[in-house]
Amino acid sequence: MIPTLREFLAIDLAAIITACLCALACAIVGNFLVLRRQSLLGDSIAHSVLPGLAAAFLIVGSRGSVPMFVGALIAGVLSAILSEGLRRFARVEAGAAMGVIFSAMFALGVLLMSLPRMRSVDLDADCVLNGVLETVIWTADASRGTRVPAVWSDLLDPGVLAGAPSQLLTALVVCGVVIMVVLAVFKELTLASFDSALAGALGFRPWLLHTVLVVLAAAASVASFEVVGSILVIAMLICPAATARMCTSRLRTQIALSGVFAILSVLIGYLLAGFGPMLLGYHSLALSASGMIAVAAGALLTGAIIFSPSHGLLARRIRTLRLSVAIAREDLLAMLYRVEESGDARSLTLHHARLALGGGLTTKLAIRGAIRRDQATTTPGGLALTDSGRAAARALVRTHRLWETYLVKELGLRPDHVHRSAMELEHHTTSAMADTLASIVPSTTADPHGRPIPGDRPRGNPPE
Amino acid sequence: MLHPLSTPKSLADRPEHSPSSPLSVHDMTVAYQRRPVLWDVDYDAPSQSLIAIVGPNGAGKSTLIKACLDLLPRASGRVEFFGKSYRESRHMIGYVPQRESVDWDFPVSALDVAAMGRYAKIGWFGRVSRRHKDAARECLARVGMADLAHRQISQLSGGQQQRVFLARALAQDATLYFMDEPLAGVDAATEATIIDVLRSLRSAGKTVIVVHHDLPTVPQYFDHVLLLNTRVIAAGPVSGPESVFTSENLRRTYGGRLTLLDQAAEAVARARGG
Repeated sequence: MIPTLREFLAIDLAAIITACLCALACAIVGNFLVLRRQSLLGDSIAHSVLPGLAAAFLIVGSRGSVPMFVGALIAGVLSAILSEGLRRFARVEAGAAMGVIFSAMFALGVLLMSLPRMRSVDLDADCVLNGVLETVIWTADASRGTRVPAVWSDLLDPGVLAGAPSQLLTALVVCGVVIMVVLAVFKELTLASFDSALAGALGFRPWLLHTVLVVLAAAASVASFEVVGSILVIAMLICPAATARMCTSRLRTQIALSGVFAILSVLIGYLLAGFGPMLLGYHSLALSASGMIAVAAGALLTGAIIFSPSHGLLARRIRTLRLSVAIAREDLLAMLYRVEESGDARSLTLHHARLALGGGLTTKLAIRGAIRRDQATTTPGGLALTDSGRAAARALVRTHRLWETYLVKELGLRPDHVHRSAMELEHHTTSAMADTLASIVPSTTADPHGRPIPGDRPRGNPPE
Repeated sequence: MLHPLSTPKSLADRPEHSPSSPLSVHDMTVAYQRRPVLWDVDYDAPSQSLIAIVGPNGAGKSTLIKACLDLLPRASGRVEFFGKSYRESRHMIGYVPQRESVDWDFPVSALDVAAMGRYAKIGWFGRVSRRHKDAARECLARVGMADLAHRQISQLSGGQQQRVFLARALAQDATLYFMDEPLAGVDAATEATIIDVLRSLRSAGKTVIVVHHDLPTVPQYFDHVLLLNTRVIAAGPVSGPESVFTSENLRRTYGGRLTLLDQAAEAVARARGG
């Protein structure tokens, strides 16, 4: 069932905006966590939210959003400080220290929640863990004069804005602060993340920048825990940044992309959770939106690992295949040249060429490529070089034999040991390198096996 | 004679230290887990010279640099630059850490890294302006990296990465440079470029202190040498009548035999539970 505009504005809009703001804040901070290889720090901070909330409630005695936020923030920063202390004084690795601290903090939270005074509160561990995005809705309160938006233009109405859910306001403030702080100390954060020793030597106080980052991560986690829950917030911190990292090698671009991926995850996740089951025919089923957002973030990362044009697995496979096809094509040309050179009247049959090149897809593409580039043609007997193919083949064979000569004369290798090395080297030799080679092994016209080294320009008639 | 409890205003007031020295280290001790890594180091660096710090692995060469730059806590001792503290003379000091100390997969370009040398001049919250970018580009050109300015740093060879680090130090426009093994694992062309740059720095009146591993090239590349093995074994010119770069000193620096002092240090560390 498609919601009406009224339903969308009252129920979905606040949740979507809040989730987008939280995801954006988490993603921006996440970039620096990922680059510093401190991704687990986010997890540690997120798990410490629970005892922070409980302690804040016990101290203040109400479930106001400001004390809750401050309590959780302090707990998050405390967990980072404790982890660092444990790492330094217990002499364990950073991951182990964080693991110990965040489970201890979380256990403390569970204990506090089980106190009799906490029983009456609608603050249950489940909601902290998994998030309840569904509760982020516009509320109408006649006594305060707030109402729910019914049409788009209502969003400019002060009465409507005053009724915006508190989570949305928190997310807006946190996201704004994160963006402003990162913009202000972008240069310093980058330096301290890349080379903290130099940052220290230049007087940029790496520990201070680290603390700033921890506070930002804690603020983003606390703002997000109601949206995606403290366990899933780690996905929001890490996935968009890791996805962006797969797509670029520029930090600014990476941060911008991570924001795009964060918002995409929210939109995809929210839509799938709301309408996914319906599309599959399960009309009464609704999925957890927060869970689906984290799944979408994970799916985007998986997609980037496979399909990223610069760093993806597929792109790398294609580059490798292209290279091996190019090498096989060059090998084919050189082979045809050697057949011509040997004076054998028979031409190389397709069958023999395939056998010699190892067969398979690479060989097929190499032969097709040579014909398409007009370097070889099919003759009744098999394959033959064209003029342009012969020129390319001559250059290759020349490079091959120059390398063989070089390896024997300059490096003192035995003549029967050099063919394979030369086969490798010939494909990666530029014409400038070939000229240098020729100048190192001058006055040589024959390779170590006694075969002539072709000149760098065609001389007379091609060998028949 | 100074009163034992009075702290002199500056090390330069002490007869054993010279006020014109770019680096004066006085009685510096640095310890990891209570075990001394550097012990009672006294050193005055001569100005306008290329100085090699030489010693076996674990001799405290990198530690000496880091402790001078306040990057490691000192158990005792004082360090001054041109008679001032590090905090006051920070802008005059350039630093090249070991190449392995950073993540070369970091998404920045060679130019971005070189521009980091300008950050101290830019200060907190400032933007990297065109003027600073141009200065960084010029420094890349001085190490022969102008063409690769926009290359992502993971796509550079080891030697090229080291040159980028050197360009970054040049961008700091310092008077005294500390370089931690800039010649470790670089190709011959890079080594020649780096040595050229070091010599041009010296002729511009600067002092460069380099942690160096390759003993045979010490007399060829450097004017002075600091032989270090937890303590300063010897310090002085590498050649001439006062040369300290002698086989006797090298044997003392690299000799594996435990001295009485080492044994005592072990005993102290054990007694304190180190």
